[in-house]
Amino acid sequence: MEIKVLRNILDANDQMAEQNRTLLAGKKIMMVNVWASPGAGKTTLMLRTAEALKDKARMAVIEGDVASSIDTVKLMESGVTAIQINTDGGCHLDAGMIHTALLNLPLDELDIIFIENVGNLICPGEFDLGEYKKIIIASTPEGEDKPHKYPLMFTIANACVINKMDLMPYVNFDIDSFTRTVTGMNQGVEMFPISGTRGHGIDKWADWVLKNLVKYRINRA
Amino acid sequence: MHEMTITRSLVDITLEEAGKANATKVTSVSIVLGEMSGAVDQSVEFYFELMTRDTIAEGAKINFRKVPNRAKCRKCGNIFKPGGIFWECDKCHSMEMEIISGRELYVESIEVD
Repeated sequence: MEIKVLRNILDANDQMAEQNRTLLAGKKIMMVNVWASPGAGKTTLMLRTAEALKDKARMAVIEGDVASSIDTVKLMESGVTAIQINTDGGCHLDAGMIHTALLNLPLDELDIIFIENVGNLICPGEFDLGEYKKIIIASTPEGEDKPHKYPLMFTIANACVINKMDLMPYVNFDIDSFTRTVTGMNQGVEMFPISGTRGHGIDKWADWVLKNLVKYRINRA
Repeated sequence: MHEMTITRSLVDITLEEAGKANATKVTSVSIVLGEMSGAVDQSVEFYFELMTRDTIAEGAKINFRKVPNRAKCRKCGNIFKPGGIFWECDKCHSMEMEIISGRELYVESIEVD
Protein backbone atom coordinates (compact mmCIF):
# COMPACT_ATOMS: atom_id res chain seq x y z
CA MET A 1 0.00 0.00 0.00
CA GLU A 2 1.29 3.44 -0.92
CA ILE A 3 1.01 6.27 1.60
CA LYS A 4 1.30 9.82 0.27
CA VAL A 5 3.53 11.79 2.62
CA LEU A 6 4.63 15.08 1.02
CA ARG A 7 6.60 16.30 4.00
CA ASN A 8 9.76 18.33 3.90
CA ILE A 9 12.54 15.99 5.01
CA LEU A 10 13.78 18.61 7.45
CA ASP A 11 10.30 18.97 8.92
CA ALA A 12 11.46 18.60 12.55
CA ASN A 13 14.11 21.28 12.05
CA ASP A 14 11.57 23.61 10.40
CA GLN A 15 9.19 23.25 13.35
CA MET A 16 11.97 24.12 15.78
CA ALA A 17 12.92 27.09 13.56
CA GLU A 18 9.33 28.33 13.85
CA GLN A 19 9.58 28.07 17.64
CA ASN A 20 12.74 30.18 17.54
CA ARG A 21 10.95 32.70 15.31
CA THR A 22 8.05 32.96 17.78
CA LEU A 23 10.38 33.30 20.77
CA LEU A 24 12.31 36.11 19.06
CA ALA A 25 9.17 37.89 17.81
CA GLY A 26 7.96 38.04 21.42
CA LYS A 27 11.22 39.74 22.38
CA LYS A 28 11.33 41.88 19.19
CA ILE A 29 14.81 40.56 18.40
CA MET A 30 15.89 40.34 14.76
CA MET A 31 18.04 37.28 14.01
CA VAL A 32 20.40 37.17 11.02
CA ASN A 33 22.00 33.97 9.73
CA VAL A 34 25.52 34.59 8.37
CA TRP A 35 26.93 32.13 5.82
CA ALA A 36 30.39 32.00 4.26
CA SER A 37 33.25 29.67 3.51
CA PRO A 38 35.98 29.38 6.18
CA GLY A 39 38.20 32.43 6.22
CA ALA A 40 35.86 34.74 4.27
CA GLY A 41 35.74 37.17 7.20
CA LYS A 42 32.63 36.34 9.22
CA THR A 43 34.14 37.16 12.62
CA THR A 44 35.78 40.33 11.32
CA LEU A 45 32.42 41.45 9.92
CA MET A 46 30.83 40.74 13.30
CA LEU A 47 33.46 42.85 15.08
CA ARG A 48 33.05 45.72 12.59
CA THR A 49 29.28 45.50 12.82
CA ALA A 50 29.41 45.66 16.62
CA GLU A 51 31.53 48.84 16.38
CA ALA A 52 29.14 50.41 13.86
CA LEU A 53 26.01 49.52 15.84
CA LYS A 54 27.40 50.65 19.17
CA ASP A 55 24.90 53.03 20.81
CA LYS A 56 22.35 52.17 18.07
CA ALA A 57 21.42 48.55 18.74
CA ARG A 58 22.41 45.87 21.23
CA MET A 59 23.76 42.79 19.48
CA ALA A 60 24.97 39.30 20.30
CA VAL A 61 26.65 36.64 18.20
CA ILE A 62 26.01 32.90 18.23
CA GLU A 63 29.28 31.35 17.04
CA GLY A 64 29.12 28.03 15.23
CA ASP A 65 32.35 26.13 14.75
CA VAL A 66 33.30 22.48 14.41
CA ALA A 67 35.71 22.94 17.33
CA SER A 68 37.34 25.62 19.52
CA SER A 69 36.07 28.87 20.95
CA ILE A 70 38.71 31.12 19.35
CA ASP A 71 36.13 33.37 17.67
CA THR A 72 33.93 33.68 20.75
CA VAL A 73 36.93 34.73 22.82
CA LYS A 74 37.88 37.27 20.13
CA LEU A 75 34.37 38.76 20.20
CA MET A 76 34.09 38.79 23.98
CA GLU A 77 37.49 40.47 24.31
CA SER A 78 36.02 43.27 22.21
CA GLY A 79 33.01 43.50 24.47
CA VAL A 80 30.55 41.70 22.17
CA THR A 81 28.08 39.31 23.81
CA ALA A 82 28.83 35.92 22.26
CA ILE A 83 28.00 32.29 22.82
CA GLN A 84 29.77 29.30 21.31
CA ILE A 85 28.25 26.22 19.73
CA ASN A 86 30.69 23.44 18.85
CA THR A 87 29.22 20.99 16.37
CA ASP A 88 31.91 18.33 17.04
CA GLY A 89 32.38 17.56 13.38
CA GLY A 90 28.92 18.68 12.20
CA CYS A 91 28.97 20.81 9.07
CA HIS A 92 26.05 23.11 9.90
CA LEU A 93 23.96 24.51 12.73
CA ASP A 94 20.40 23.32 13.16
CA ALA A 95 17.40 25.03 14.72
CA GLY A 96 17.63 22.93 17.91
CA MET A 97 21.19 24.10 18.60
CA ILE A 98 20.09 27.70 18.07
CA HIS A 99 17.17 27.19 20.44
CA THR A 100 19.52 26.11 23.23
CA ALA A 101 21.81 29.06 22.52
CA LEU A 102 18.87 31.49 22.60
CA LEU A 103 17.84 30.21 26.03
CA ASN A 104 21.34 30.99 27.25
CA LEU A 105 21.45 34.57 25.97
CA PRO A 106 20.16 37.65 27.83
CA LEU A 107 17.22 38.10 25.44
CA ASP A 108 15.72 41.03 27.34
CA GLU A 109 18.87 43.02 26.68
CA LEU A 110 19.20 42.42 22.93
CA ASP A 111 17.96 43.89 19.64
CA ILE A 112 19.87 41.81 17.09
CA ILE A 113 21.37 38.31 17.12
CA PHE A 114 23.79 37.27 14.40
CA ILE A 115 24.42 33.58 13.86
CA GLU A 116 27.91 32.97 12.58
CA ASN A 117 27.25 29.64 10.90
CA VAL A 118 29.88 26.96 10.34
CA GLY A 119 32.19 27.95 7.45
CA ASN A 120 30.62 26.00 4.59
CA LEU A 121 28.84 26.97 1.37
CA ILE A 122 26.74 23.81 1.04
CA CYS A 123 25.01 22.33 4.09
CA PRO A 124 23.91 25.41 6.11
CA GLY A 125 21.68 26.45 3.19
CA GLU A 126 19.24 23.63 3.92
CA PHE A 127 18.60 24.53 7.56
CA ASP A 128 16.14 27.20 8.56
CA LEU A 129 17.22 28.43 11.99
CA GLY A 130 14.34 30.83 12.58
CA GLU A 131 16.20 33.85 11.23
CA TYR A 132 14.63 36.95 9.69
CA LYS A 133 17.40 37.48 7.12
CA LYS A 134 20.10 35.30 5.60
CA ILE A 135 23.34 36.84 4.42
CA ILE A 136 26.29 35.39 2.58
CA ILE A 137 29.86 36.68 2.59
CA ALA A 138 32.10 36.00 -0.38
CA SER A 139 35.67 37.26 -0.29
CA THR A 140 37.64 38.37 -3.33
CA PRO A 141 40.48 35.77 -3.05
CA GLU A 142 37.88 32.99 -3.36
CA GLY A 143 37.20 33.99 -6.97
CA GLU A 144 34.00 35.05 -8.69
CA ASP A 145 32.90 31.51 -9.59
CA LYS A 146 31.50 30.56 -6.17
CA PRO A 147 27.83 31.26 -7.04
CA HIS A 148 28.16 28.84 -9.98
CA LYS A 149 29.70 26.16 -7.80
CA TYR A 150 27.43 26.56 -4.77
CA PRO A 151 24.24 28.09 -6.16
CA LEU A 152 21.70 27.21 -3.45
CA MET A 153 22.89 29.66 -0.81
CA PHE A 154 23.52 32.45 -3.32
CA THR A 155 19.98 32.09 -4.68
CA ILE A 156 18.29 32.46 -1.29
CA ALA A 157 20.44 34.99 0.61
CA ASN A 158 18.88 38.41 1.28
CA ALA A 159 22.22 40.20 1.12
CA CYS A 160 25.67 39.39 -0.20
CA VAL A 161 28.75 40.99 1.35
CA ILE A 162 31.86 41.00 -0.83
CA ASN A 163 34.73 41.15 1.62
CA LYS A 164 38.47 41.83 1.20
CA MET A 165 37.92 44.51 -1.42
CA ASP A 166 41.33 45.90 -0.38
CA LEU A 167 42.92 42.80 -1.95
CA MET A 168 41.39 43.44 -5.38
CA PRO A 169 44.69 44.60 -6.94
CA TYR A 170 46.33 41.29 -6.00
CA VAL A 171 43.66 38.71 -6.80
CA ASN A 172 41.68 37.60 -9.82
CA PHE A 173 38.16 38.64 -8.98
CA ASP A 174 35.81 39.98 -11.63
CA ILE A 175 33.42 41.92 -9.42
CA ASP A 176 31.09 42.87 -12.30
CA SER A 177 30.67 39.28 -13.38
CA PHE A 178 30.16 38.16 -9.76
CA THR A 179 27.55 40.86 -9.13
CA ARG A 180 25.70 40.12 -12.39
CA THR A 181 25.57 36.41 -11.55
CA VAL A 182 24.33 36.86 -7.98
CA THR A 183 21.76 39.56 -8.72
CA GLY A 184 20.62 37.56 -11.76
CA MET A 185 19.95 34.33 -9.88
CA ASN A 186 18.54 36.11 -6.85
CA GLN A 187 16.16 39.00 -7.45
CA GLY A 188 16.21 41.48 -4.59
CA VAL A 189 19.57 40.50 -3.09
CA GLU A 190 21.53 43.53 -1.92
CA MET A 191 25.28 43.71 -2.53
CA PHE A 192 27.79 45.22 -0.08
CA PRO A 193 31.43 45.44 -1.17
CA ILE A 194 33.50 45.97 2.00
CA SER A 195 36.93 45.65 3.50
CA GLY A 196 36.55 44.18 6.95
CA THR A 197 40.15 44.85 7.95
CA ARG A 198 40.13 48.47 6.71
CA GLY A 199 36.55 49.19 7.67
CA HIS A 200 35.50 50.32 4.17
CA GLY A 201 31.83 49.94 3.26
CA ILE A 202 30.77 49.02 6.79
CA ASP A 203 28.54 52.10 7.17
CA LYS A 204 26.30 51.06 4.26
CA TRP A 205 26.13 47.50 5.55
CA ALA A 206 25.27 48.68 9.08
CA ASP A 207 22.56 50.95 7.63
CA TRP A 208 21.00 47.91 5.92
CA VAL A 209 21.03 46.02 9.24
CA LEU A 210 19.37 48.91 11.10
CA LYS A 211 16.85 49.51 8.31
CA ASN A 212 15.84 45.84 8.55
CA LEU A 213 15.57 46.01 12.32
CA VAL A 214 13.06 48.86 11.93
CA LYS A 215 11.15 46.90 9.26
CA TYR A 216 11.15 43.77 11.42
CA ARG A 217 9.74 45.65 14.38
CA ILE A 218 7.06 47.47 12.38
CA ASN A 219 5.85 44.11 11.06
CA ARG A 220 5.62 42.78 14.61
CA ALA A 221 4.18 45.84 16.34
CA MET B 1 28.10 15.50 5.85
CA HIS B 2 24.57 16.86 6.41
CA GLU B 3 23.23 13.63 4.91
CA MET B 4 23.32 12.17 8.40
CA THR B 5 20.89 14.81 9.69
CA ILE B 6 18.76 14.52 6.57
CA THR B 7 18.60 10.73 6.87
CA ARG B 8 17.79 10.90 10.60
CA SER B 9 14.76 13.07 9.73
CA LEU B 10 13.88 10.81 6.80
CA VAL B 11 13.86 7.74 9.07
CA ASP B 12 11.77 9.58 11.70
CA ILE B 13 9.18 10.65 9.12
CA THR B 14 9.08 7.16 7.58
CA LEU B 15 8.50 5.41 10.90
CA GLU B 16 5.97 8.01 12.03
CA GLU B 17 3.89 7.74 8.83
CA ALA B 18 4.13 3.93 8.84
CA GLY B 19 3.01 3.92 12.48
CA LYS B 20 -0.01 6.11 11.68
CA ALA B 21 -1.04 3.56 9.04
CA ASN B 22 -0.45 0.61 11.42
CA ALA B 23 1.97 -0.85 8.90
CA THR B 24 4.07 -3.88 9.77
CA LYS B 25 6.71 -3.35 7.12
CA VAL B 26 8.04 -0.46 5.03
CA THR B 27 9.18 -1.70 1.63
CA SER B 28 10.20 1.54 0.00
CA VAL B 29 10.50 5.27 0.55
CA SER B 30 10.29 7.81 -2.29
CA ILE B 31 12.07 11.09 -1.86
CA VAL B 32 12.43 14.11 -4.11
CA LEU B 33 15.80 15.81 -4.32
CA GLY B 34 16.39 19.07 -6.13
CA GLU B 35 19.65 19.40 -8.02
CA MET B 36 20.78 22.22 -5.70
CA SER B 37 19.97 20.35 -2.51
CA GLY B 38 23.41 18.81 -2.24
CA ALA B 39 22.43 15.52 -0.60
CA VAL B 40 24.36 12.55 -1.96
CA ASP B 41 22.27 9.41 -2.71
CA GLN B 42 24.85 6.84 -1.66
CA SER B 43 25.44 8.61 1.58
CA VAL B 44 21.69 8.78 2.36
CA GLU B 45 21.38 5.06 1.52
CA PHE B 46 24.31 4.21 3.77
CA TYR B 47 22.89 6.05 6.80
CA PHE B 48 19.36 4.80 6.08
CA GLU B 49 20.52 1.20 6.22
CA LEU B 50 22.28 1.82 9.55
CA MET B 51 19.46 3.82 11.13
CA THR B 52 16.63 1.46 10.16
CA ARG B 53 18.23 -1.70 11.59
CA ASP B 54 15.75 -3.53 13.85
CA THR B 55 12.88 -1.29 12.76
CA ILE B 56 9.98 -2.06 10.40
CA ALA B 57 11.82 -0.08 7.74
CA GLU B 58 14.86 -2.36 7.75
CA GLY B 59 15.69 -3.36 4.17
CA ALA B 60 13.41 -0.70 2.63
CA LYS B 61 14.57 0.66 -0.70
CA ILE B 62 14.92 4.41 -1.26
CA ASN B 63 13.67 5.74 -4.59
CA PHE B 64 15.26 9.05 -5.46
CA ARG B 65 13.43 11.36 -7.82
CA LYS B 66 15.84 14.03 -8.99
CA VAL B 67 14.50 17.42 -9.96
CA PRO B 68 16.78 19.46 -12.23
CA ASN B 69 17.38 23.18 -11.81
CA ARG B 70 14.86 25.19 -13.81
CA ALA B 71 14.61 28.92 -14.19
CA LYS B 72 12.30 31.33 -15.95
CA CYS B 73 13.97 34.21 -17.74
CA ARG B 74 12.74 37.52 -16.36
CA LYS B 75 13.33 39.20 -19.74
CA CYS B 76 11.81 36.83 -22.32
CA GLY B 77 9.94 34.28 -20.20
CA ASN B 78 11.88 31.32 -21.60
CA ILE B 79 12.18 28.34 -19.26
CA PHE B 80 15.67 26.91 -19.19
CA LYS B 81 18.05 24.82 -17.15
CA PRO B 82 20.75 26.85 -15.42
CA GLY B 83 23.81 25.09 -14.05
CA GLY B 84 27.58 24.91 -14.17
CA ILE B 85 28.88 28.18 -15.58
CA PHE B 86 25.64 28.79 -17.52
CA TRP B 87 23.43 30.89 -15.31
CA GLU B 88 21.88 32.77 -18.19
CA CYS B 89 18.89 32.36 -20.49
CA ASP B 90 19.73 30.05 -23.39
CA LYS B 91 17.58 32.19 -25.74
CA CYS B 92 18.19 35.86 -24.96
CA HIS B 93 21.28 35.44 -22.71
CA SER B 94 19.80 37.58 -19.95
CA MET B 95 21.19 36.64 -16.54
CA GLU B 96 18.02 37.69 -14.74
CA MET B 97 15.98 34.69 -13.78
CA GLU B 98 13.50 33.33 -11.34
CA ILE B 99 14.43 29.89 -10.00
CA ILE B 100 11.41 27.61 -10.34
CA SER B 101 12.84 24.25 -9.31
CA GLY B 102 15.96 22.60 -7.98
CA ARG B 103 15.60 23.28 -4.25
CA GLU B 104 13.26 20.35 -3.45
CA LEU B 105 13.95 18.11 -0.47
CA TYR B 106 10.88 16.17 0.63
CA VAL B 107 9.39 12.73 1.21
CA GLU B 108 6.85 12.01 -1.49
CA SER B 109 5.44 8.67 -0.36
CA ILE B 110 6.19 5.40 1.39
CA GLU B 111 5.19 1.90 0.37
CA VAL B 112 4.11 -0.30 3.29
CA ASP B 113 2.61 -3.71 4.01
